[in-house]
Amino acid sequence: MTHSDTFTFRLYVADETSNSAQAIANLRAICNRYLPGRHNIELVNVFKEPDRAMEDRIFMTPTLVKLAPCPVERIVGTLSQTNLVLQVLGLEELAA
Amino acid sequence: MKSPKETQGKAPTGIAGFDEITNGGLPQGRATLLVGGPGSGKTIFGVQFLKHGAEVCQQPGIFVAFEESPKRLIENFKSFGWNLADLQATKVYFLDAQPMPDMIHVGAFDLSGLLAVLSAKIKQMGAVRIVFDALDNILAMLPDETARRLEMNRLHLWLLDHQMTALITAKEGGNDTSSAGQPFGFMQFMVDCSVVLNHRVDLGVSQRNIRVEKYRGSGFNEDESPFVIGKNGFDVAMARSLGRDDASVTNERVSSGVKRLDTMLGGGYFRGASVLITGFPGTAKTTLSGAFAEACCKRGERTMFVSFDSDGSEVVRNLTSVGIRLARFVDSGCLRMVSARTFTGSAETLLVHIRTIAEEHRALCVVVDPVSALAKVGNELTAHAVVERLIDWSKGAGITVVCTSLLDEISSEAHNRTPLQISTIADTWIHLNYLVQAGERNRGMSIVKSRGTEHSNQVRELILSKEGVTLADIFTAGGEVLMGTLRWEKESAERVASEVAEVSAKLKRVSLDAQEAELEVRSKSLKTELLAKRTEKELLARATESRKRELSGVRARMRELRGADAAQPAKAAKSKKRAKS
Repeated sequence: MTHSDTFTFRLYVADETSNSAQAIANLRAICNRYLPGRHNIELVNVFKEPDRAMEDRIFMTPTLVKLAPCPVERIVGTLSQTNLVLQVLGLEELAA
Repeated sequence: MKSPKETQGKAPTGIAGFDEITNGGLPQGRATLLVGGPGSGKTIFGVQFLKHGAEVCQQPGIFVAFEESPKRLIENFKSFGWNLADLQATKVYFLDAQPMPDMIHVGAFDLSGLLAVLSAKIKQMGAVRIVFDALDNILAMLPDETARRLEMNRLHLWLLDHQMTALITAKEGGNDTSSAGQPFGFMQFMVDCSVVLNHRVDLGVSQRNIRVEKYRGSGFNEDESPFVIGKNGFDVAMARSLGRDDASVTNERVSSGVKRLDTMLGGGYFRGASVLITGFPGTAKTTLSGAFAEACCKRGERTMFVSFDSDGSEVVRNLTSVGIRLARFVDSGCLRMVSARTFTGSAETLLVHIRTIAEEHRALCVVVDPVSALAKVGNELTAHAVVERLIDWSKGAGITVVCTSLLDEISSEAHNRTPLQISTIADTWIHLNYLVQAGERNRGMSIVKSRGTEHSNQVRELILSKEGVTLADIFTAGGEVLMGTLRWEKESAERVASEVAEVSAKLKRVSLDAQEAELEVRSKSLKTELLAKRTEKELLARATESRKRELSGVRARMRELRGADAAQPAKAAKSKKRAKS
């Protein structure tokens, strides 16, 4: 993995529940800080698109799916622990 | 107890017995919690609930599997003969909601995603029933009690909102008999109905029980009821509730297979009756029940013979020696021999097996030989209730059932009672006994009771021969009952005596005949003599008359000749003659 890779994220949220709102905010903060200019975030509201949630077997919200680069990773929760998130994303070296 | 109004709000589970306990099933549009240890049958209960809803009640359902993959579930349930794959298309949807093993948790999360997916699915298929199997599995992933409570509350509100008839299963922890005070004890207060399954082992025999702990707004049976997981899924043993009708009672008699016994019973057993045959080992209990089975088959009635002691084919062979030929009926499919020797498990399980096979065979007559086998080690406590239910079930189904029961030779001789004390609920009780006398052991049979029929008070001797089973009168001499050789001796003595009497009577008749003949001859000769005498007398009279006439003629002639008065002298002559005679 090089630092030039673009990260593609899909974040499943449930309307405006507090967990979901927190996850959106946390993800945006991480991306802006550690992956400026090389990330795409797609938000999927499970209440609006339940079929997609079913397809991806998303039962817990919020769930973050990292589609690229490989491998695909899933993180459930508000993403409140930045270091842990970075670790899962393979960005340990960026952790403070 | 069961009012139609109450049944309206119930969703039947199709589980035999459970719907009776709850007066109709689970609360419609409400949530039910089902708690039980591992292997207690929670998943089976849930699947059966959905299956019944889909197949019978036209209520599609969703199964949310948190613990097992739907593929495996469907595979497992094939052993019950349930083809869930067929239902899966439209009626029952299996949602694989197992947590993914590689999922990483960072921070708090909730179950909104699952509920969103389910909402969509419910709308799509019009689902009415839903089962959350092993909800505890996913709740365990939540970080703390508060989060768990929050999610359960979310689920609760969601269920209320969707008006689903829900069944939530969860593993129990620690306390066997109650589901309160567990990690998810909060769930207790959220649901309208709570059911506990428990599974324990008594003396090596597994006993399963189900108990309804609470049921808001409905009456229910609060006791633990035994259940088994049988061939067709859940089966809750249940003494039928009051007010349920038996099969219609008839006056029809069915033959016992022994002609003289039928006579003693005033025509045979009643159809649908329960008959108990008690006796010590070897008193021909099996033979008597075999005779009954043969008689049933001869009438073309489907019959089942459950044998605990020996193998079915052995029974058939052994009975052939006393002229009871069952093999042909086994071949024709009319008779089903069930070797229960190999059955293991609780008395409850045995009863369910018997019931299932009988229903499969559509049996009209059932023999259980011996029913006392149900009280094997580990089952003493439950066996009595099980036998009661066996009789209850057969009554309800209109099945004539003959049970044999072994008596312990030592303990029960004095009391004359069956170990299971079923003698009180049996309709007809036949007791077989040994009489040891003059170096022989003979079988005596008597009818202890027979409800609703006149029955003989006589003890009869049961005789087994190649030709079959017969009953013989027994002789009582000097207050003693004679059987076997003694009876034979007595019979032959009577035969000799009667022969002698017959011969002497014959002799007497012959001699009387002779006397009669002699007298007849004599009376004939006397008659002839009498006739001769009469003739002689007549001749004499005639001769006298003619001489008189001659004489008077002569006198008249003389008077004529002398020429004197004619009439007078003739008169004088007449009167002279009368005086003379």
